[in-house]
This record gives sequence, C-alpha cells and structure tokens, in this order.
Amino acid sequence: MIALLLRDLRLAVRAGGGFGLGLAFFLIVIVLVPLGVGPQTALLTSIAPGILWVASLLAALLSLDRIFALDFEDGSLGLLATSPLPMEGAALAKALAHWITTGLPLTLAAPALGFLLSLAPEAYGYLLLSLLLGTPALSMIGTFGAALTVGLRRGGLLLSLLVLPLYVPTLIYGAEAVRRGADGQDASGALILLGVITAGCFAVLPFATAATLRINLR
Amino acid sequence: MSFWEYANPKKFMGWTAPVLPYVFGAAALCLTVGLVWGFFFTPDDYRQGSTVKIIYLHVPAALMAINAWIMMLVASLIWVVRRHHVSALAARAAGPIGLVMTLIALFTGAIWGQPMWGTYWAWDPRLTSFLILFLFYLGYMAMWEAIEDPDTAADLTSVLCMVGSVFAILSRYAVNFWNQGLHQGASLSLDAEENVSDVFWIPLVICIAGFVLLFIGLVLLRTRTEIRARRIRALEARARRA
Amino acid sequence: MPELGKYAVEVLAAYGVSLGLLAVIIVISWRRSVRVRAALERIEKNG
Repeated sequence: MIALLLRDLRLAVRAGGGFGLGLAFFLIVIVLVPLGVGPQTALLTSIAPGILWVASLLAALLSLDRIFALDFEDGSLGLLATSPLPMEGAALAKALAHWITTGLPLTLAAPALGFLLSLAPEAYGYLLLSLLLGTPALSMIGTFGAALTVGLRRGGLLLSLLVLPLYVPTLIYGAEAVRRGADGQDASGALILLGVITAGCFAVLPFATAATLRINLR
Repeated sequence: MSFWEYANPKKFMGWTAPVLPYVFGAAALCLTVGLVWGFFFTPDDYRQGSTVKIIYLHVPAALMAINAWIMMLVASLIWVVRRHHVSALAARAAGPIGLVMTLIALFTGAIWGQPMWGTYWAWDPRLTSFLILFLFYLGYMAMWEAIEDPDTAADLTSVLCMVGSVFAILSRYAVNFWNQGLHQGASLSLDAEENVSDVFWIPLVICIAGFVLLFIGLVLLRTRTEIRARRIRALEARARRA
Repeated sequence: MPELGKYAVEVLAAYGVSLGLLAVIIVISWRRSVRVRAALERIEKNG
C-alpha cells in the first residue's frame, strides 16, 4: 500500500500536470473574484471564507479524473485487483496520494491567498485547520466519484455533477468554521463536525470505492 | 408462491397490465376530487389568504420527492442483495418522477414564498435541502444515461444511490447547522398542535393519496417500458450474434 | 371560480406550473411506453 502511494506520488510529481495545475487554478479563482465583485475591502473580508473554501473545492475537483483514468487505460488497475493488496487499501492509497498532491498544497497556499481577499486576521488559524481537516474528505469523496466514472469516455463532466453535491456537508462545516472564527465566535462545533465527516468518509468510502472498482473491472 | 415471484419480469408484466388502469383511474379520481375540493370549496386562511390553496400541491409534491428517493434506495438495495432486474429498472423509472416532484415542490414553494415571506427564494434549510436533493436526482439520472451496459449501470447507480442517501441526510443536518430559516415545521406531524386545521386537512389527505397513486402508476408504467427496452436490447444482441 | 383575492396570480401560477409539470412527465412516460412497445412488437414479429 505504501509502495502504491509512493508510486502515485512519484508519477504525479514527474508528470507535473496535476500537481501545479490545481494550485494555479486556485490562485486564478481567488484573483478573479475581486475582479468580479469589486475591490471593497469590507465586502471581500466578509465573503473570503466562503470563496477560499469554494475555490479549494473546485481546485480539488480538477484533478479527480486522473486518479484512476491512466491506470484503467494501461491495465494496471486490473493488476491491482489481482494483487494481494485488497481493493479497499488501493482506494485508500489513491485518495491519500490525491490529497498529498492537491489537498495539502491547497491548505498551505490558502493563508497566503487569504491576504488577497483581506481575510480577517483572526480567521487564518481556522482556515488552515478547517482545510487540513476537510480536504482529506474532499479527496476521499472524489476518489469514490472517480471510481464511479472510470469506465466512461466522457466521465469528467458527469464526475463533477456527481461529486459536487456530495461535497455539500464538508463545504458547509468548513466555511462555517472559518466564518465563525473570523467573527470571533466559537468555531469548535463546526470543526468537530468537519472532522467527523472526514473520519466517516475514510471509514466508509474505501469500501464503496472498492466495490465500484470491482464492478467497473468486471 | 414466494413474494419475490412478482418481481420476475414476465410475471411483473402479467400482473401490472390489468392493475395499471385501476391505479391511474384511482389517481385521477383522488387528484380531481382533492384538487377541486381544495381549490373551490375551502375557505381562505385568515393570515395567508387564498395562497393556502397552494398547500394541496406543495405538500404532496414535497412528500413524494422524498419518498421517491427512499423508494429508489430500497429498490437499489433489493437489486444489490437479490439481483432482481425489475428492481433496478424500477429505481431507474422512479428517478425522473422524483425529479419532477422536487421541481413542483420548489416552484410552488417559490410562488408561495413571494407573498408570504416577501421573497421567492431564501437560503432556508428546507429550501436548500430540496435544491440539493434536486442535484442528487440530476446526478443519479445522468449516471444511468451515461453507462452502456445495463447491469453495470444498475450496480453503479445503486452504489451511488446508497452513498448519496447518506450524504443527503448529512447535508440536511449540515444545512440546519448553517442557517435556521423561515419555513414552518411539519404540516403533518402526529402532534396535532402544529397541524393544519381540519378544513384543509381532508382535501390535503386526498391530494396526497392522489400523488402517491400517480407515482405508483407512473413507476409501474415506466418500469414496464424499461423491461420492454431491455428485451429489445437482448433480442437485437441475439440477432447480431446469429 | 372562487374569489382568490389579491393572490389570484400566485395561486393560479402555482396550479398552472404544477399541473403542467405533472402533464409533462405523464406525457413523456406515456409516449415512450407506446414507442417502445411498438418497437418490441415489430422486432418480435420479424424475429
């Protein structure tokens, strides 16, 4: 499982594409928002938590269809299925690799981009913490969505239609935690629930992902 | 004879053919009686005026939007456990109907919201949950359309339906956490205190019965169509091989 | 026609939209049913 994780990480770094692309997309969305809504600092401060969360969600979505597509085409997914590693473990490794290549960089970059949106100073810690707690769930849910659409020729669009509704709880709790942090309220409730969602996703979705992969490989 | 015999495609076609006209007839009767009664013969509410008449469409549609999803979930589970093809096809048949019910609930709610709350749309928990439910229906139907092989499609949509149900419930609670909202509580809870009064109650129940019957009739009709479509596909595949 | 008061437009619009949507799903289901049944009968006769 660790070998698979390392292999995926090495491929992602070598191919270059997904790694930087998600971050660049994140940056562009954050730059476009003030251009769209106007430069008033007060307005930007109030919408910054939501924008940062929505943008990281979309950036995570961008690289999802690559999780399984290449392995499916060259047949290594079939090899994985016959290997001693259970499918559930493979799904987990794939999700972790996706998180390390997209979720983690997004989390680390988000505070820097918070300055562009003049995020309230109190909110930076909450932003970092909520993204750290929430983005693994985004990767795991996305891996499930990628497994559902892996056999389809034009799965990309369908993938976003399937995955985005599943992101709703994570988005709500994540953005709410940052917003409450920015307002100086108690954000621990939202953060705990966010952690619960993430833990639940990692407990259940590897099995669903493995089941869908087996169906798709039949 | 076991209960599951009714799910054999041939048996299913056999027993649904005579039943279908009665179901549609009863649905038409209930809907006509309920809606005419509700529209013409109920008094206006002292606060809401004549807009209270929208309840005869809004509440049944909202109920059926959720029940259609539950029915899809049950049918998906039956497909996964017992692999009855009719069950998977029934889940597929229910999708578009549930979508339409969700749309009706959203539309009537918006039209009702304008005079009562002063806005067509508010990001209220119930309204938002229904919008999310609408997205789930869209994804589910798109998934069915996208996959060629019928058994793979049935399997994958079943998994999607189950995972989607969990996330739909999670979203419901998340949305509650996020905003408290304008929408009144349940109109039909068993706790009589918050129920609507009797004058509106009887035609409402008739309308709900009408919507349920209409839903059953449409699901049966669409399932029959899907069974026939599957047979056509099988025959064509056989003809190609020969 | 009952007296709908100042909300006549809203009530009628709600009924119109809902019945229209119900009609749409019924007509779609019905037409597809008829078409598929005809196609199946044609294939079974030829086969």
